[in-house]
Amino acid sequence: MSPATRRAASALEIDEVAGSTTRTLWGDAFRRLRRNKLAIAGLVWITIVVVLTISADIWVPPLFGDPLTVRTAPGESLQAPSFTHPFGTDKLGRDVFSRVVYGARVSLTVGIIAVSISLVIGLILGALSGYYGGFIDALVMRSADVFFAFPYILFAIALIAVLGPSYRNVFIAIGILGWPSIARVFRSSILSVKENEYVDAARAMGASDLRIMFRHIMPNAVAPIIVYGTMSIGGAIITEAALSFLGMGVQPPTPSWGLMLSDAKSLMFRAPWLTIWPGFAILTTVLAFVLMGDGMRDALDVKMKD
Amino acid sequence: MIKYVFRRILQMIPVFIGVTVLLFILRAPGVLPGDPVRMITGERPISDALREQIIKKHALDQPLHKQYYIYVTNLLKGDLGESYQRRTSVVDIFADKFPNTLRLALAAIVIEIIVGIAAGIISAVRQYSFSDVFVTLSTSVLVSVPVFWLGMLLQIFFGIRLKEWTGGAVFLPMSQMSSSQFPDWVHLILPAITLASVSTAYVARIMRSQMLEAMGQDYIRTAEAKGLTRRAVIFRHALKNALIPVVTFVGIDFGVMMSGAILTETVFSWPGVGREIFLAVGQRDWPVVMGGVIIIVVIVMIINLLVDLSYAVLDPRIRYGGAQE
Repeated sequence: MSPATRRAASALEIDEVAGSTTRTLWGDAFRRLRRNKLAIAGLVWITIVVVLTISADIWVPPLFGDPLTVRTAPGESLQAPSFTHPFGTDKLGRDVFSRVVYGARVSLTVGIIAVSISLVIGLILGALSGYYGGFIDALVMRSADVFFAFPYILFAIALIAVLGPSYRNVFIAIGILGWPSIARVFRSSILSVKENEYVDAARAMGASDLRIMFRHIMPNAVAPIIVYGTMSIGGAIITEAALSFLGMGVQPPTPSWGLMLSDAKSLMFRAPWLTIWPGFAILTTVLAFVLMGDGMRDALDVKMKD
Repeated sequence: MIKYVFRRILQMIPVFIGVTVLLFILRAPGVLPGDPVRMITGERPISDALREQIIKKHALDQPLHKQYYIYVTNLLKGDLGESYQRRTSVVDIFADKFPNTLRLALAAIVIEIIVGIAAGIISAVRQYSFSDVFVTLSTSVLVSVPVFWLGMLLQIFFGIRLKEWTGGAVFLPMSQMSSSQFPDWVHLILPAITLASVSTAYVARIMRSQMLEAMGQDYIRTAEAKGLTRRAVIFRHALKNALIPVVTFVGIDFGVMMSGAILTETVFSWPGVGREIFLAVGQRDWPVVMGGVIIIVVIVMIINLLVDLSYAVLDPRIRYGGAQE
């Protein structure tokens, strides 16, 4: 080995050593998260669901049949679970397994889009409220109180009663209803971060409000939001299922877990598989998000009121 | 104390105005796009004279602030309008159903308190034991279960399978209509368990974390040092302080249950307020839907006020803290 390469190699080694001792909040959090078996189980399940759902077009229809194809030939409807139909068929002869897999698409889409809507509204209002205080703060927080005065599911029903039940309106309604909690969480973490000296220092150096907000406050106030957002996806999935179950959500024939349970209600005793599998899908998916959220809360050491 | 009560009631006024404005915007024909008269009459064709009459009757020709004024004054007089489908007043419709919802909510609260608090205490006192892990895991599962699915599973298992297996000797009736051989309260069991499920999990979680916090306090060490039995330390010292947040949660939850009952009531065909709202949604009977929502919102607000006030009675720091602001 020439002296030059040896020097380069040792420089690399030093870099590696330095790299392994540099600890960041996120690195630490990730290490802690990795040790939490339940959170990892949640993450693995979410990954499986996402992969199965995205690739569904390739393997589900050829193997189990299209989720929307109605088969009314005698003996096709309400078949008990079998090798060809692992979760049985519904009263229109559609394969339940295939509908459960495609139902995950609806649930995940609603969960992610609804929470994104809540995040956009909640973060902006929470930031304004926490950073500027005064009149804006009072206005935002009193509006949040108004939203909190409504029982959640009823408010969603009232909103959808006006907007009209549809796929799109479900995530709009859930999204609109989610902002006050996010605004509150973000506001309180901004309030505590804002008191730090580095914020004063930045201001003394002439940084603008926007720069202080995005460069100095946001990165330090975002941990509770990540935890809360993850748990909210689970909540949004349950709410979508509940609304669709009540007929105020996704409309047939779209495969949605809540809608499938609503159809199953009258056949609960004749065809219990119609009840069991969509509900099981909701339970496991929501649980995965809850466990992930719990794990991230512990890993990021976020204090939250239950 | 009187000052605190007064302040707290004053705080409710802007919230009440906000709530009514929001509901007004949502319900008032003519605010959102769409033909307001169509919302009332449905799809059937109507004559121009009838159309005029409807517009007059619902004050649709008035400016918005006037319409809102009419809406709020009617509301304060306890007039929630008339059902589009049945020609009866909304208040009468719900007055019939309310006792059923109340009964269900009370039964659920009893389950929530007994099971939730017991599970929380056990899991805190024996931290990291098998029972603690079991309680922690099952609360995570319970908060992720859709209540309506749980209701269906309970019906399949206790109402049908158990009846088949035991030849009808042992089973639980699924709703009031299913059989009359049981005393009245037996019908409540399955719906009450369903309604209580999620809240029980929350109570157990809160109870556990509060107990753990209380058990770490200095006065617990003092109590142990002076030779009290473990039982006395847990129940007389730790539990008392740990209970306050649980009481608050249960109080607020009582209000939530009135509305959360819409899913439970639908699954069990329980003739309560929630199921009435569900049926009205299906018939597009908006005055009933919106009337039901506002009734529940007002009940929830009153319950929250009472919870806050009782909290202030229990804990003097709150009313004095409030008075200083």
